[in-house]
Amino acid sequence: MSDLFYDAAPNATRVAPEREPERQYPEKPEAITLFGTCVVDLFFPEAGLDAIRLLEREGVRVHFPQEQSCCGQPAWTSGYREEAKAVARAQLDILDRSGLPVVVPSGSCAGMFRHHYRALFDDEPDTLKRVEALAERTFELTEFLLKVCRVQLADRGTPSKIALHTSCSARREMNTHLHARELLQQLESVERVDHDHESECCGFGGTFSVRMPEVSGAMVKDKTRSLMDSGAVEMVTADGGCLMNINGSLEKQKESFRGRHLASFLWERINGASEGEVA
Amino acid sequence: MNQRIPVTELAPDFRGRAEEALADGQLRNNFRVAMDSLMTKRANAFPDADEREGLRELGNRLKAGALSRLPDLLEQLEQKLTENGVKVHWAETVEEANDLVHGIIEARKGRQVVKGKSMVSEEMEMNDYLAERGIECLESDMGEYIVQLDNEKPSHIIMPAIHKNARQVSKLFHEKLGEPETEDVNQLIQIGRRTLRRKFMDADVGVSGVNFAIAETGTLLLVENEGNGRMSTTAPPVHIAVTGIEKVVPNLRDVVPLVSLLTRSALGQPITTYVNLISGPRKPDELDGPEEVHLVLLDNGRTGAFADAQMRQTLNCIRCGACMNHCPVYTRVGGHTYGEVYPGPIGKIITPHMAGLDKVPDHPSASSLCGACGEVCPVKIPIPELLQRLRQENVKDPEQPQQVKGGGAKYSRTERWIWRGWQMLNTRPGLYRSFLWAATRFRALAPKKAGPWTENHSAPVPARRSLHDLAARHLDNNGGRPS
Repeated sequence: MSDLFYDAAPNATRVAPEREPERQYPEKPEAITLFGTCVVDLFFPEAGLDAIRLLEREGVRVHFPQEQSCCGQPAWTSGYREEAKAVARAQLDILDRSGLPVVVPSGSCAGMFRHHYRALFDDEPDTLKRVEALAERTFELTEFLLKVCRVQLADRGTPSKIALHTSCSARREMNTHLHARELLQQLESVERVDHDHESECCGFGGTFSVRMPEVSGAMVKDKTRSLMDSGAVEMVTADGGCLMNINGSLEKQKESFRGRHLASFLWERINGASEGEVA
Repeated sequence: MNQRIPVTELAPDFRGRAEEALADGQLRNNFRVAMDSLMTKRANAFPDADEREGLRELGNRLKAGALSRLPDLLEQLEQKLTENGVKVHWAETVEEANDLVHGIIEARKGRQVVKGKSMVSEEMEMNDYLAERGIECLESDMGEYIVQLDNEKPSHIIMPAIHKNARQVSKLFHEKLGEPETEDVNQLIQIGRRTLRRKFMDADVGVSGVNFAIAETGTLLLVENEGNGRMSTTAPPVHIAVTGIEKVVPNLRDVVPLVSLLTRSALGQPITTYVNLISGPRKPDELDGPEEVHLVLLDNGRTGAFADAQMRQTLNCIRCGACMNHCPVYTRVGGHTYGEVYPGPIGKIITPHMAGLDKVPDHPSASSLCGACGEVCPVKIPIPELLQRLRQENVKDPEQPQQVKGGGAKYSRTERWIWRGWQMLNTRPGLYRSFLWAATRFRALAPKKAGPWTENHSAPVPARRSLHDLAARHLDNNGGRPS
């Protein structure tokens, strides 16, 4: 029987990593770098701008390096490791220039910095040190507002019922899905309603949505149905990918129900109405 | 008597089969209802999250520990089983395994086989193999019996007939067995039971799977809820157990937490109705039990997974099915869509090693990487991570040496160039900003159709200005543009 193991590498067995201890948060920094993410950049820029405003309101100076582009996720999840790595390296270089904490208005892109860059650079010990440092100082927006800024939101909007969609990355990778809930709880006149199968994926999955449009389409249809059936007047989410998927599907279905980014929702609530800086 | 099973007149590829499944409202409802119930049962079986996570960590370490000594444990298992009077056989391929099983049956001139539930025997397509050689092989697990009767394959690894509801089963029993129609589940079970009882007594050979093979004592452990496992392994004069080489564990102590993880993750049970510990054939002073017990240990590509540290984790699997119960893709398309023995997330990571990635090129892509499977896996297999790894193997240059059987199946020069272009765009800030500028200024020219995306979505239209623009303007107004 030993010939069955002819090619086997002995002692190569992997044990699952220890459970991560609860994240310890630093004091509020003076300045941060906002990593906008490519989806927000092109399709939801007002959400990025509202994130900047929310952060500035907390007295945090926001840097937005103009050299930033995409975190590398699309290629990484498609199996194109080298291409993903090149793009990741470019972002790493840009973010390391200031070394400031990085705030990301999207769970899955934050998850790239926090988790997947390690896998991308596991063969480069020196880069891996920089990657570890980046993981340490990366925060998803709602996490940063709640846990680092300890934000207090005074609601100035009219009573409203909303549904919250938390991305799978926020829920399972970043453990930040409860932060958005807590932020919404601070808003006096906002009622968050549960929707059916809330923890289930919206079906986006990056290139999954175009590689498997049948399955992805069925998933997003179910998600939009349960959001509309929840009794909410709109949906909020802190992830650009999910937002593009859910809103795109709603528009295709000719439904008037829409979702929007949590940053924009929060900014509007604490100001009574949205400011019109967007061109 | 040819009862060739791949009956399923389904589309040839995953996407085609998925489309058919998605159009079947009854099927989708059956799966949704069943999976919801299983998710609730599992959640209720682990009321304490800390205890659950601690147990999962223990399960992971126990299986990883066993795998790290796999060759030694298998040798010890063989030795102990032999001492206990169990004949141990090794098979590298399913053909070898079938040949071995057939040989054992032929030596006893057996014509009737009764089978407890065994996914490895499904891997072997043992029923077909034996049927072609004039041996009748009857499934005795209720779900397996139902799918066999309907000339189907299992759609779930622990609930083979989960794609059918009571009405569909009733109709099947009426057509095939001439029984009066009833939607009362208990009555349906009684019908199956009556048919099967006689078969247990008549069978020449009983076949079963194995949940854990214990090296220290030479014991085969089998969990089940219907008693058919016990009947199949004790009533006929010969018992043949078939299992994969990864099922070996060092000792009975390790089995306790693993069984607890298995039964709670699978059906939310604290323990199954039956836990069979099989330690050899009938002894001279004993009144019952089989005269012969055989164990066939099957490789079928498992050593390929074993040889790679990352993919070795696939072999942690204890076959509870929790990953499929929690999978939003499986819930919608059902088990048959996967077109292979093992469906769902575990199927997607284990089938490539058995059949080759080129046989299942769409499997790694059939996931949104939502992570629900990895979150519930009782032995902490990082399923999303392994799917991502398989995606990399899938697009490798087929001319290069492959690390997974059939790797490079999705290699496309065009797609690689697209990603190279994407890389260039995202590593050259000037180019990226020009792209943003053009995409936002000429947004009216955005295509109305964007490939498969616009099948489910409206065409994406870029904003009037990019965040790069808005942020620069905003930060300029706010006293300087730091960067």
